[in-house]
Amino acid sequence: MSDFFSTLLDELPQVGAGLWVTAQATVLGSLLTLLLSFTLGLAAGSRLLLVRGVSRTVVEFFRGTSLYIQLFWLYYAMPQLTGYELTPLLCGVVAFGLNYGAYGAEIVRGAVNSVPRAQYEAAVALNMTPLHRMRKVILPQAWVQMIPPFTNLLIQLLKCTPLLWLISAADFMTTIEHIRSLTGETVTAYLLLLVVYFVLAYTLTLLMNLLERSAKRRLGLHTGGRGLFRTRTAEAVTTAGGAR
Amino acid sequence: MNRTFDWDAAGDALPLLLEGFRVTLLATVLGTLVAAVLGLAIAVAGRAPSRFVTVPVKAVMEFVRATPLLVQLVGAAALFTSVEPLTIGIVVLGVHYATYTSEVYRAGIDGVPKGQWEACRALSMSPRRTWRAVILPQAVRNVLPALGNYAISMFKETPFLAVITVHEMVFEARGYGADHFAYTEAFTLAGLVFLVASYPTSLLMRKLEKRLGH
Repeated sequence: MSDFFSTLLDELPQVGAGLWVTAQATVLGSLLTLLLSFTLGLAAGSRLLLVRGVSRTVVEFFRGTSLYIQLFWLYYAMPQLTGYELTPLLCGVVAFGLNYGAYGAEIVRGAVNSVPRAQYEAAVALNMTPLHRMRKVILPQAWVQMIPPFTNLLIQLLKCTPLLWLISAADFMTTIEHIRSLTGETVTAYLLLLVVYFVLAYTLTLLMNLLERSAKRRLGLHTGGRGLFRTRTAEAVTTAGGAR
Repeated sequence: MNRTFDWDAAGDALPLLLEGFRVTLLATVLGTLVAAVLGLAIAVAGRAPSRFVTVPVKAVMEFVRATPLLVQLVGAAALFTSVEPLTIGIVVLGVHYATYTSEVYRAGIDGVPKGQWEACRALSMSPRRTWRAVILPQAVRNVLPALGNYAISMFKETPFLAVITVHEMVFEARGYGADHFAYTEAFTLAGLVFLVASYPTSLLMRKLEKRLGH
């Protein structure tokens, strides 16, 4: 036990660097996710069949072919096929972004559709341009709906970052694995990994809850502080019958 | 290094990948079974009258949910070296997903009208009989499509098992890619197999969901 932590102290710069790689992958991956979610999600609501079709195809493709295959494809297959190589971290960011962006597109589409029809009509009646309508009326309301499912997606993305270990990016998992192999302290090493990831996930959840609160405030919906510490968003499980 | 897609290598790799796909399917089916049973147990335990039961159950569930599957898998494999990797994979996948399916069951149980509980009390049924004869039959029917969706996402996470040397599809793809320097063909095919298997299943699930959702 003490052996493990003394080695951990010796290797602290590496551990810090590993944590930094994990953080970068999470943040950049979720930024790409957000960008793709909105692009694909809004395209799915387009009036043009072609735009809608392309968006659906891309979404189904990236949802259907497992994240791990996408990651390995980028890391192993793409250099073979194109001669062009991405750094491991970039492979991770692109794969996470594409995969979760496809899931996020469904979130955006669903949230935009859930804004009451009358809001569209009112915006049309006020002679707003489509862009103005989207920016000032539809998205602020849809955004509040999107935050809880996006929180889930973000946590899932964070939980996938240890995959970077497999494509030899020196992430947090890699550094702890290294210390484990030096000291042979299996239980301590994995417990530490689990606890750190749990803390990261909980911190992200708290931040997202804060974001949700401020988004609600902007719509005039005030919420108490109680919901701030909840770990999970109340997912509406529509298939489960609900309250009858 | 620039080369084109080699169809011969692809034809060569396919039997091996399908062999691995059998293991992938087996892990998915058994893992789903574990998740379905354990999830139900967690959901029922979460409604126990005593806090000494509900609080620890919830804490463990939150912890398992918020931590990476990969770490859980590698950790379990390093701790139980004498157990077969496939067994470890199925159990860890099952336990991880049970924390999600328990949510689904919880919603299903909440969806059973309160009057049903009260009627059972009025008939002085034992708690056990209430669950078995009245609540669960109504709750479980509604949650089946959601469980199916988790089965599909578990299917797409089985590649994790390759890390603990379970010979599933991605393990085979990686092996073939390394032996013949044909990563492109192996991983492209593996991805297509996933797509071909999961897309029709998710369409089917959506249909089932619509039918049950009135």
